[in-house]
Amino acid sequence: MGELRLMKGNEVLAEAAIRCGCDGYFGYPITPQSEVMETLMARQPWNETGMTVLQAESEVASINMVYGAAATGKKVMTSSSSPGISLMAEGISYIAGAELPCLIVNVQRGGPGLGTIQPSQADYFQSVKGGGHGDYKMIVLAPASVQEMNDFVDLGFELAFKYRNPAMILADGAIGQMMEKVELADQKQRWTKEEILEMSSDWATTGKTANRKKNIVTSLEMDSDKMEENNRRFQEKYRKMEEEEVRYEAIQCDDAEFVIVAFGTSARVCQKAVEIARAKGLKVGLLRPITLFPFPKKAIQELARKAKGFLSVEMSAGQMVEDIKLSVYEAGSNARVNYFGRMGGLIPTPDEVVEALEEKFSWELSYGVKRSY
Amino acid sequence: MTEEMIIAGFGGQGVLSMGKILAYSGIMEDKEVTWFPSYGPEMRGGTANVTVIVSDTRISSPILQEFDTAIILNQQSMDKFEKAVKPGGTLLYDPNGVINPPTRTDINIFKVEATKTAVEMGNPKVFNMIVFGSYLKVRPILSLDNVEKGLEKSLPERYHKLIPLNLEAIKKGQEIVDDVQLV
Repeated sequence: MGELRLMKGNEVLAEAAIRCGCDGYFGYPITPQSEVMETLMARQPWNETGMTVLQAESEVASINMVYGAAATGKKVMTSSSSPGISLMAEGISYIAGAELPCLIVNVQRGGPGLGTIQPSQADYFQSVKGGGHGDYKMIVLAPASVQEMNDFVDLGFELAFKYRNPAMILADGAIGQMMEKVELADQKQRWTKEEILEMSSDWATTGKTANRKKNIVTSLEMDSDKMEENNRRFQEKYRKMEEEEVRYEAIQCDDAEFVIVAFGTSARVCQKAVEIARAKGLKVGLLRPITLFPFPKKAIQELARKAKGFLSVEMSAGQMVEDIKLSVYEAGSNARVNYFGRMGGLIPTPDEVVEALEEKFSWELSYGVKRSY
Repeated sequence: MTEEMIIAGFGGQGVLSMGKILAYSGIMEDKEVTWFPSYGPEMRGGTANVTVIVSDTRISSPILQEFDTAIILNQQSMDKFEKAVKPGGTLLYDPNGVINPPTRTDINIFKVEATKTAVEMGNPKVFNMIVFGSYLKVRPILSLDNVEKGLEKSLPERYHKLIPLNLEAIKKGQEIVDDVQLV
């Protein structure tokens, strides 16, 4: 068993980065994720593992430093909170277009604009539908505990390198600020130059030798036919992620008549809501997407065969609910899909969720059958 | 066993660190723990509160409306959290700073003169550990051995010389807590 500690979600991101052998972190402070860089600076990993930690002059600079370092085959990351991620959007699109691996962490706060420093999940669309320009996707992991904040750093890098694609950890201010028991992984060695050459010399700018072709890292392609070809290759990659990388957790879904779908902090709240609802005799389950892209569409479609309704609970005006609707309707199910949430930095309480469930599905609860349209 | 509690008072009273020591002690006792603070501008000079959950099983929501126990250290927090204690739950408060004492009859109410005692002990800083001691007396969910280990874990090494003083304050708190159950 690894070392047990009581840590904040943000602190553990830093610790996990060092321990998984990350080569570089480039960031710019913003509440509620400033502890990431604070912890890194206090730990001074450059003395221990040789990891670079650099406070850039802005988020735009941070993401472009990530772009540059990722191009050399190194394991690099950045983190920010919502407004900062918006600033990074251009760079993220370039990284996706240049097919480079990196890890980006968004500890979301309420928006739009500068909004609030309190937790939110309103960057769902930004994370899973693009954010930057062009047809690209990121692998998006949604931690619901401090332990998962730890685990997803390593997993995020693994997936980023597997697909040569940016991966994102989409957390929120609550998980960033919350302390929980966490089991830390053992220290891994950073990759040696030889290891990087072995893994990445066919694409990374590792220094051209006489017997290898020139590696050019760019998202630019002036020939549209070739650019379409690139896009086809990207799309193939995204379809493969959809086939192979879907992760979710189903809690008490086996006999569920109503399924709450929630991720991150909302999922924690909803786990309690399920307990309360079950105590009232309601057959309620929780589906917790762990990957938001790829979305656990098949799991939802499977549940839609029996369930009378789905309730998407989000700390936003209702974004993931659209993906649930798409999944349910594509499956030809007539289960009703509803949304409940809070905005602007507020977190729903378990009781509010149960009330919303009872109110929005009052028809189904009274008549005991699916409502036809 | 699941204990869902709120500790609420002024920023600077040691509310967050008391919660942290409690949570670390929980880890030493092999429990699951969650420590969820209020964060933001209200911390600076205003009220501060932290939700601490200690459980034998996986912890669900860190956001709660009702608590098994509330530790209340100022009037604003009393106004806000007295009503949030579950029926049959526990409310522990320091009368210093609480003008209107609690009035509920369906919960267990305990009073601890922690501010006064801390001054008598010659160190106002141990105030929160006196309160913590009283809590452990009325809700004995953690052993004192593990609390000592929790202190060691949560305090930086340069403060380890202060552990005996903190333990003394905890013991003091256990002695002076007052059952003020209303009928």
